[in-house]
Amino acid sequence: MVAVLPDSIAQALDSVKDPEVPVLSVVELGVVRSAEVEGDRVTVTITPTYSGCPALNVMEREIREALTGAGFGEVVVKTVYAPAWTTDWIPAPAREKLRVYGIAPPGPVGAEPLIPLGPTVRTVTCPYCGSSNTTRESEFGPTACKSLHVCHSCKQPFEHFKAF
Amino acid sequence: MTVRRSDGQTADASLFEYLLRLGDDRLVLGHRTSEWCGHGPILEEDIALANIALDLLGHATMFLRLAGQVEGEGRDEDALAYWRDERGFRNAQMLELPKGDFAFTIVRLFLYSAYSHFLLERLASSSNSELAAIAAKAAKETRYHVRHSAEWVARLGDGTEESHNRAQAALDELWPWSGELFQSDDVDREAGVDAAAIRESWDKLVREQVARATLKIPEGPMRMTGGRRGRHTEHLGHMLAEMQIVARSHPGAKW
Repeated sequence: MVAVLPDSIAQALDSVKDPEVPVLSVVELGVVRSAEVEGDRVTVTITPTYSGCPALNVMEREIREALTGAGFGEVVVKTVYAPAWTTDWIPAPAREKLRVYGIAPPGPVGAEPLIPLGPTVRTVTCPYCGSSNTTRESEFGPTACKSLHVCHSCKQPFEHFKAF
Repeated sequence: MTVRRSDGQTADASLFEYLLRLGDDRLVLGHRTSEWCGHGPILEEDIALANIALDLLGHATMFLRLAGQVEGEGRDEDALAYWRDERGFRNAQMLELPKGDFAFTIVRLFLYSAYSHFLLERLASSSNSELAAIAAKAAKETRYHVRHSAEWVARLGDGTEESHNRAQAALDELWPWSGELFQSDDVDREAGVDAAAIRESWDKLVREQVARATLKIPEGPMRMTGGRRGRHTEHLGHMLAEMQIVARSHPGAKW
């Protein structure tokens, strides 16, 4: 679920994108959980996507810069781990932005067995041509959050934002 | 157990010690796993191991940061990772063994991730809300570490004669080290989970997957232990020398 933020904050943070997925803002991604304003001081609470995501430091720095740029005298960024981040928080319009950008958006997070005994790879629709005749090439893509796929209809390799 | 800090306040010594165990396991295994970066047998697996290593380092960061806060002596996660010597490390010895071949890395990742999965799931309902939040976060990622390594255990064990033999050799070597994971003392019982309580679940999961992979659990005694009390094999010192050299050569450096 996207955090409900004061207008001035929402506007300032809209320009802070995930460096690895530059069409999604940190708010759409669900990294920003809340913000509280007290005079010219703002406290922003964020949560990491994947625990080891190296983009988090960049996002934290850019959040500070954006809010300082918006006129806040003091910006405090707090990190929380609960509730754990999930792709289910990404809203529908943001998923469409991902697709247009060429990244197949995540499906709903489902309960999967710890060690699946049969093939459980979900069908991922090609973000370019809409075909479901696709194959997963690797569960791990250029970043932890994405897997690699290929479309057999339009012959285009593409990335998929994993449901997590 | 509480101890007096240098500022006169008291700190929870058992919790600090327990958080070091959680953090060091993941730091050491994460470092060993990261040694595959650029050396993976295939590109996809190279990336997979690098991603898993990154998760483990992320988990280590969270646990060690909290450890530093609990200790209250001003040490952050970097101070704990880079400025303790091997006697200060509390990881299980199995995790410091050199990465070996791909089969060794995968079998170790499987045995440890399965243990970590059951442990973190329990810690997620700890009465310590900070510990519980980190455990729940780490548990989510650990699930796919279990899945990924379990699939490879099956693929290697039930693969070619060569891959089967290598996977069996890895299991023969690693199994006697696994006993240490389930040796609990007062620190575990006071601050976390008595690991002996998750042994049955671990044993069932591991034995089923090993059987599926047409591999055999070796007979024989468990090995010496002591990692939780700072006693290590000769391998940890060498690993730390490499892991810590940059931080120690340039103290306080930022980039």
